[in-house]
Amino acid sequence: MKLLLVGEYREKKLLNVTYDLVGIANKLGADKVMVASGYESDLPKFDGKLYLANANDVGEYNPNIHKQMILDVVEKENPDVIVFIHSSFGWDLAPRVATALKAAQFTEVIDFKDGSFIVPSCNSKLRRELKSKTNKTVITIQAGAFAFSDESTASPIVEKITPSNTSNVEFVSYEEAEAKGLDLTKADIIVTAGRGVGKKDNIPIIQALATKLGGELGASRPVADNAWVDHSHQVGTTGQTVSPKLYIACGVSGAIQHLAGMKKSEFIVAINTDKDAPIGEIADVLIVADVLQFVPALTNKL
Amino acid sequence: MKVLVCIKQVPDMESKFKINANGTWFDENDLAYRINEYDEYAIEQAVQLKEQLNNVDITVLSVGPARVKEALKKALAMGCDDAVHIEDEQSSLKEPFQIANLIADFAKDKGFDIVFTGMQSQDRGSGQVGIILSELLNMSCVSTIAEFEYKDGITVKRELEGGLKSIVKVSTPVVLTCQLGLNTPRYPTLPNIMKAKKKELLTIASTELFAVDSSYETVNFYHPQKSGGSLILEGSVSELVDKLIVILKEKTSVL
Repeated sequence: MKLLLVGEYREKKLLNVTYDLVGIANKLGADKVMVASGYESDLPKFDGKLYLANANDVGEYNPNIHKQMILDVVEKENPDVIVFIHSSFGWDLAPRVATALKAAQFTEVIDFKDGSFIVPSCNSKLRRELKSKTNKTVITIQAGAFAFSDESTASPIVEKITPSNTSNVEFVSYEEAEAKGLDLTKADIIVTAGRGVGKKDNIPIIQALATKLGGELGASRPVADNAWVDHSHQVGTTGQTVSPKLYIACGVSGAIQHLAGMKKSEFIVAINTDKDAPIGEIADVLIVADVLQFVPALTNKL
Repeated sequence: MKVLVCIKQVPDMESKFKINANGTWFDENDLAYRINEYDEYAIEQAVQLKEQLNNVDITVLSVGPARVKEALKKALAMGCDDAVHIEDEQSSLKEPFQIANLIADFAKDKGFDIVFTGMQSQDRGSGQVGIILSELLNMSCVSTIAEFEYKDGITVKRELEGGLKSIVKVSTPVVLTCQLGLNTPRYPTLPNIMKAKKKELLTIASTELFAVDSSYETVNFYHPQKSGGSLILEGSVSELVDKLIVILKEKTSVL
């Protein structure tokens, strides 16, 4: 089996999740060919072949240019599976490539079994096992699902490529997140408010527990989007990645993007009325209770 | 300007899902349905554009069984002008490529300038339909937009990882898929709900549109096994508080 891995660079650096691609290839025992628009100064280390376009010329990401770049390599290498990271880059490109190849596409693969790929659905409450009927298959893989820490010292054989440079989408610039007043990455204790807190007026209940414990207030994405709590408190893929000694998730269902941002916490307590909430998968303790009753009672008793 | 908004109706994610008899999807009975959260941002962005430019006509479209009419009525009450229901009782078993082909066949000769849709559905989460649609219609596409501005052309901000955004310029015709937080979706007013109720929906059977074969099969659909790592505590609040304090003292260094 041969995999075409689509590597990613951001702001002139190879993204570490690129090694997740090497991880799935190793797990499948597949030959590795990688394609990326990047820089010679920071090459991925793996045993295989790398088709490298110069990101200074064609950009780190442009859907039209990168789609064609990948299709050109597919033509040369004839891989069985084209693998993207499930990232803003990968989930944007994968359907374009799959459509051009008339190939089956699976999003956010977390595992494989007997020739099928496994993907989550319904906020990760359920799993689907899917089998491709087409010669080629396009997948995006969930970051971290195939983590490969044993970084190889091998160097790929590099072949430089020059993709065509025409596009109907114009990248202007990156915009960094606003200077954050709050650095949750250094907090020992984080008490996070999730959607289950109900409304903005209830946030002080969660804040009170955080204060009592000498910790910081965290927020899940919907809580930040609804402006119940400032975005600088947001934990998750699009917020901060944290690893406190104690993480208390109040009314957080546990969307994958949130879990990705807090699963490295040393001890996780989840408070939720739903015993089946996905947060229960990674929590050390799941308290089945209404946060609005439980949290004030806990705060009082501490 | 002609705008198309593609929406999906999904179950409440807090539901207790049961697997259907074939083991291919969840049993769709006895679930409460609503507009896919991401799609509400798509509707709102279209309506805000209409308020800005005046000469905008918005068509909202949904593929699905009879119940999706409710979602379309809500979109009308939020400010869309016309609604199209592509009726398909089996839509939940169709894959993104098949759904996108149905929409593309409807949209291909209508001259839409902008198509807004959610970046993904809450149930399947494949994030494919909008992007495939743009490929089929040969339109530009920017996914995961977190900001939208129409002024001397279209400028959007795409949400990347870790708080980073990319600023992108694009011209029409374009498909834009919407991320949460793009705007604040409005609640329809009662008079608008009443008006929307009286509006005629255009219903087209999916069998009248271009169909493609499926490219994969669902081998299994199931509840994942509990990892068993987590201790689940139930009981009265005061008991739970006492138990948790004991655990925190034993297992963590913070109390």
